[in-house]
Amino acid sequence: MRRLLPLIAFVALAVLLFAGVRMNSGKDTSAIPSPLLGKPTPAFSLPVLGDPQRRVGNADLRGRPYLLNVWGSWCPTCRDEHPHITALAKSGKVRVIGYDYKDTPEDAQAWLGQFGNPYEFIVADEDGRAALDWGIYGAPESFLVDANGVVVWKHVGAIDDTVIREQIEPKLMQMGAAR
Amino acid sequence: MRRALLAIVLLALSALAAAQVLQFRDEAEEARFRALTTELRCVMCQNQSLADSNAPIAKDLRAEVLRLMREGKSDDEIKQYLVERYTEFVLYKPQVEPTTWLLWFGPALVVLVGAGVIAGIVRRKAKQAPDAPPPLDSQEW
Repeated sequence: MRRLLPLIAFVALAVLLFAGVRMNSGKDTSAIPSPLLGKPTPAFSLPVLGDPQRRVGNADLRGRPYLLNVWGSWCPTCRDEHPHITALAKSGKVRVIGYDYKDTPEDAQAWLGQFGNPYEFIVADEDGRAALDWGIYGAPESFLVDANGVVVWKHVGAIDDTVIREQIEPKLMQMGAAR
Repeated sequence: MRRALLAIVLLALSALAAAQVLQFRDEAEEARFRALTTELRCVMCQNQSLADSNAPIAKDLRAEVLRLMREGKSDDEIKQYLVERYTEFVLYKPQVEPTTWLLWFGPALVVLVGAGVIAGIVRRKAKQAPDAPPPLDSQEW
């Protein structure tokens, strides 16, 4: 028995490390969880792309849940994501609002001209100052906000059909039930 | 000669460009800024500190840190500001709280357990020792 002790200790350590690796595999460990989950959206007021006179803030978005999709014309992954965002917006399951992050209006409009504009409207954050309050650190990122203005879900990286089916739709169902 | 001149001009230009990114009022401010940003982790490239990273978000956050410093915020308040937005990921030194107790005190715990084991062995050996050394063939190791 005493002779086996080192072997037992080694196997126990191996099992522990293997479990640790398994628990994190397939997960994007570089994605930072949002501290905003379960909290109201940060106070913001941003101009609307293509209509800079009009500004949108938290209060304007109350009443119905929405998906805030952070993108930029400089962001290659956003192109891959765009068809899925377009499909989600067309499905009418949720309002989809764009957040143009660190971009110029000209580049953004050219990009939308090329790939289509599925957004109800787009808020433009040219210098990325308001994005700091949202905890945004890149694009694409997406937030799901409920009718009361509480952030219920955040996704870092591209949204695809699997994310829509397995994460967004169940959240929308829950919100529907809660109302 | 021409090339040397060009090199000097380019060097001067790049130094100017770097200086334009952030202007410090004095050396104390710069030292405090450097100390603070090396303790903060860049959210984009997580193996770099905020001071070292070239990611656009790191640039924005450095500007934000300097702005908060000039507003008279303390280092702790600035850290708290970033934690509220980007979670404790941004801290290289996590705060001491129930979820990080194991992280902070785990090593001390391991040392204590080890010390306990060694003390046990020493005591047992000491009990055996006064009589006579055990015969060689009874030793396993």
